[in-house]
Amino acid sequence: MHHHHLPLISNVPLLPSSLILCPPSPNSRSPRRRITLVRASMDGNGELPLVLLVRPLFPAFEDSLRQHFRFLLPWESTLPTHEFLSANARSIRALLCFGPSPVDGSTLSCLPGLQCVVATSAGVDHIDMDECRRRGILVTNAGDVFSDDAADYAVGLLIDVLRRISASDRFVRSGLWPIRGHYPLGFKLGGKRVGIIGLGSIGSRVAKRLEAFGCTILYHSRTTRPSLAYKYFSNVCDLAAESDVLIVTCALTRETHHLINKDVLLALGKDGVVINIGRGALIDEKELVRCLREGVIGGAGLDVFENEPNVPKELFAMDNVVLSHHRAIFTPESFSGLLQLVIDNLKAFFDGRPLLSPISA
Amino acid sequence: MAGDEPQSPDLPPLLLLRKPIAFLLSSLSTRFHLLKPWESPLPLPAFLSAHATTVQALLITGLAPVTAVILDSLPSLGCIVTTSVGVDHIDLLECARRGVAVANAGSVFSDDAADYAVGLLIDVLRRISAADGYLRQGLWTLAGDFPLGSKLSGKRIGIIGLGSIGSRVAKRLEAFSCTISYNSLTMKPSVPYKFYPNVCDLASNNDALIVCCALTSKTHHIINKEVLSALGKQGIIINIGRGALVDEEELIKCLMNGDIKGAGLDVFKNEPLVPKELFSMKNVVLSSHSAVNTEENILDLYQLIIANFEAFFSGTPLISPVSA
Repeated sequence: MHHHHLPLISNVPLLPSSLILCPPSPNSRSPRRRITLVRASMDGNGELPLVLLVRPLFPAFEDSLRQHFRFLLPWESTLPTHEFLSANARSIRALLCFGPSPVDGSTLSCLPGLQCVVATSAGVDHIDMDECRRRGILVTNAGDVFSDDAADYAVGLLIDVLRRISASDRFVRSGLWPIRGHYPLGFKLGGKRVGIIGLGSIGSRVAKRLEAFGCTILYHSRTTRPSLAYKYFSNVCDLAAESDVLIVTCALTRETHHLINKDVLLALGKDGVVINIGRGALIDEKELVRCLREGVIGGAGLDVFENEPNVPKELFAMDNVVLSHHRAIFTPESFSGLLQLVIDNLKAFFDGRPLLSPISA
Repeated sequence: MAGDEPQSPDLPPLLLLRKPIAFLLSSLSTRFHLLKPWESPLPLPAFLSAHATTVQALLITGLAPVTAVILDSLPSLGCIVTTSVGVDHIDLLECARRGVAVANAGSVFSDDAADYAVGLLIDVLRRISAADGYLRQGLWTLAGDFPLGSKLSGKRIGIIGLGSIGSRVAKRLEAFSCTISYNSLTMKPSVPYKFYPNVCDLASNNDALIVCCALTSKTHHIINKEVLSALGKQGIIINIGRGALVDEEELIKCLMNGDIKGAGLDVFKNEPLVPKELFSMKNVVLSSHSAVNTEENILDLYQLIIANFEAFFSGTPLISPVSA
């Protein structure tokens, strides 16, 4: 692999090359996803359809994907990327975008024949969606394949912050239990008012889980969800003022940049907890660190940061925060699901059938 | 009594064996004349002989043991209330023999305990505490290796003890689309979960076991070598009951050999001593008997304690009685 042609994407959660994809466990309630090994439709020359890559395939996906598609690898060419793209433009109708590698306006302008971009993440803030819409390029994302895992993780982070599980684990491992007695009390989850920001595929699953713990669900979203009996807030500050916990699960767009700002944190208040599994830039990170340091809010669980993998070092000394490295969706099971979805979307495109997880305008 | 605030002698006497947390101490002082052995220079047996022979009510905090010897020193004792759910530290047979009624914390802690068990399970499966440690050690920027966690939603979870806590654990995990089955002293026909009379069968048919049952002579080492073997290399065990429900040495061997995948442990055989082999393992999460500890439930606990003693002193049935 000739990685030196590629910019280093620091925000990409890199999979270990030893990733082993597990089939779903037996008796699992989710529909079985079997990796399809049927021969894919061929193009006019009897060859597998051609797909452009902007970075190498996840090694764990390579065998399956190469059963169905041929791939164009710009970094293996001696030509600079944009020249390579322009030279091959006529053959390129589909692009497979792994991880948050950018698909920007200048890349798109080299690909006049491009009709479909298949992304592997739920968020598509790394793709120039305005330009795609303008040109009628279909874009698919990861649909629901990560939603359960993301929701599970958000709940896990919340319980951890409130009940101080990680802090307790550190306490015990440091040998302090016999010396200091029990780790200090945590806080009850039951009865807490949880404000969910973004009640989409992930947010609604978070809500369902937390209801089972006796939490009251409130939310802010771009649109209301009248079929769900949760109280809606059109203003995030108002939501924060009535919540004990804020859980950020929405997409990062121009409008949602620094959605959680100084005013929202102040409204949340001194026992309030923020959980972020969306994107780092949804929260004004400097302000968040200040609020934690000064006790303006009570705690935080953060899976994402504004400048990954750099984390404000002040957080490392705090026991009321739980930190992780962009892991909320990472399980072998969800990656099996993702692989199947990618295959299904690309096959649908080349067969002229409706895509499975298109992003609507 | 040494060093306490002046108390009205009209308040009923209440004996404690260990100093409780400040909130309980100050609140109970308003209702009872407290006997506080820890403030006396006398050793406990001498203290009891000198001061507690007419005492009818005993509050056990911090799992202080109540043995036949202690009961011998309290001939007038009629009621023991413990601040715990578990009662394995109290000789219930001896209490029954002497007509001493015993009450525990009822279901005051059940929600918090269930929340904690689920939190531990998510943490072990998804490696949350391990990730937190990874970041705090600066390993993210060095792109150090970090194995993936494993999905919770849809997993098969076996609950040992489907009482007040176990049933709440089940309800929560159903919201994660988990399939619940259980082992209990008796089958519960009204619950929709599959019952396994044999713990090994429960283990071989589940991805994780959550131990929520009481410690009795029947449940000692209910998780033993056979059960761990049946649980298997992908299996997780969560224990929020009592340390002795699990054969701790065997568990550690299994963890070290990779015979099970991981464990979340809130309780241990010899608290506060925790086997040091666990400290270096990345697939375990450890806590200091915290599953019931929240700020909010202390008030509920206090009200239950008062209600139980009031019932006793007025001759009515205890609110949260426990029998042998």
